[in-house]
Amino acid sequence: MLDLSYEAPAPKVIQGATGDWELVIGLEVHAQVASKAKVFSGASTQFGAEPNSNVSFVDAGMPGMLPVINEGCVAQTVRTGLGLKAAINLHSAFDRKNYFYPDQPAGYQISQLYHPLVGEGEVLVELGNGTARRVRIERIHLEQDAGKSIHDMDPTMSFVDLNRAGVALMEIVSRPDIRSPEEAAAYILKLRQIMRYLGTCDGDMQNGNLRADVNVSVCRPGDYEKYAESGDFSHLGTRCEIKNMNSTRFIQAAIEVEARRQIAILEDGGQIVQETRGFDPDKGETRSQRSKEEAHDYRYFPDPDLLPLEIEQAWVDDIASALPELPDAKKARLMEAFGLSDYDAGVLTAEVENAAYFEQVVSGGTKRDGKTAANWVINELFGRLKRDGDKAITESPVSPDQLGGIVELIGKGDISGKIAKDLFEIVYTEGGDPAQIVEERGMRQVTDTGAIETAVDEVIAANPAQVEKAKQNPKLAGWFVGQVMKATGGKANPAAVNQIVSAKLGL
Amino acid sequence: MSIDEGTARRVARLARIRVEETDLPALAQEFNAILGFIEQLGEVDVEGVEPMVSVTPMRLKRRDDVVTDGGQPQAVLSNAPDAREGFFAVPKVVE
Repeated sequence: MLDLSYEAPAPKVIQGATGDWELVIGLEVHAQVASKAKVFSGASTQFGAEPNSNVSFVDAGMPGMLPVINEGCVAQTVRTGLGLKAAINLHSAFDRKNYFYPDQPAGYQISQLYHPLVGEGEVLVELGNGTARRVRIERIHLEQDAGKSIHDMDPTMSFVDLNRAGVALMEIVSRPDIRSPEEAAAYILKLRQIMRYLGTCDGDMQNGNLRADVNVSVCRPGDYEKYAESGDFSHLGTRCEIKNMNSTRFIQAAIEVEARRQIAILEDGGQIVQETRGFDPDKGETRSQRSKEEAHDYRYFPDPDLLPLEIEQAWVDDIASALPELPDAKKARLMEAFGLSDYDAGVLTAEVENAAYFEQVVSGGTKRDGKTAANWVINELFGRLKRDGDKAITESPVSPDQLGGIVELIGKGDISGKIAKDLFEIVYTEGGDPAQIVEERGMRQVTDTGAIETAVDEVIAANPAQVEKAKQNPKLAGWFVGQVMKATGGKANPAAVNQIVSAKLGL
Repeated sequence: MSIDEGTARRVARLARIRVEETDLPALAQEFNAILGFIEQLGEVDVEGVEPMVSVTPMRLKRRDDVVTDGGQPQAVLSNAPDAREGFFAVPKVVE
């Protein structure tokens, strides 16, 4: 396996007045399941619909309505579990988490406290410089999302839209294996990447597709190792939970300020109170939400409307056998099959669409060199898309087949690298088949030495004074090469020109 | 387990049911009577017996991932005490 070569990164250390402190972080990531219908009703999950139009009477908490589970959402959660190398529980069950809030019309959320669908797994989080953190997953449970409250449409009222109420969520709970704000961000992005490869979550953080609660505590150097050895949490500090963040930037900032807040209290001789806190990005501070906790005595109990969820091993096996290639495996394969660097393979596999594009560029045709193709996708195509209003690769005017055609022309020696850039620009702005454009516009590289010799002879004959100078100073040969390239419209093979010029001038 | 007045007050508060202070002792006593009745079940030896979740041997009913419902905002809002511009309107709940 490729990942054996990674080393664990050093934990973040914050210097306090009384010595060093280390961070211990665990995350609960809420990922919206990619599905057409909600988890317990037949209403649509479509984002951005008219308010309350994607709502069934089940989602509205109308009396007498009964939930019926969406098997597609169960399959997506199982798929996610398999992607995180996790144990799948053939027996799981749903519980009610009771609390009152206007965007939760039933007065409870259907969740899985006691028997989650997915058990222990792990994810490898690469952090650059050959380091990676192995983060253990404790569990994944399937639950309902709440609706949305909008507070700024009226001075005295809150407006409630239940379109999101009842959309399936996977809550992915990690062990406290994360040791720095950067690792936390990288962990979320890795989960997002894996789920997007699997097609189980769109991972659109701005739309709240992916949100996280972050548990933070601090300890002295050495304490974490004692915990790791014994599993005894008493070696770690008391944690606080920062709720509901949907930006990796805010998550990193929140972890940093929360750790510093805890260190200040501890160094002052105080004690950390385990509580829920919210992050205020404007003020750059976390604030206690204890008032909420008072109301949050959830009184979980098994949901009497739903029988336990029994799934069959054969069904799980079917899902497992149809899993797509996952990012780690794809990256390793691209490095091996095409000789790509770790960096290039990482860039190409970061987003599932990039990887799909690259693989289509190198598939088909002949002489489509992987390294050349990677270079063209990463440098030319990405750069051009960025300059073109930051277009997504899925909106690229140059299709993978067209780019593959350009790479092929380079590979066959039909066009030089410089001409290829011109050709790329033509294909980008005008479209068309690259090979055909090269023929029609006479862009083919001249490798015919006879033609090049003629051009060199003409330049030499026309510039006798320069020839004399060049014989004194061989560096001037470059000038002749330039003239020949100009005379051939850049189509002459530069290496061949160099050689012939040197020979003719007797250098 | 014994329910005191404080617990009765807390349970009422969590359920958003107003109970007058003077009624709390009686409520607590009622809870205790109910719990006492249920605690009789503790006398049964259930060692090695799987919890029974249903009296009929049924498999959890499932649906396919297909949209079959929704598109009825007027009906959804029709019982709301207050609704504006397609939203439920409730007293401000922001902290």
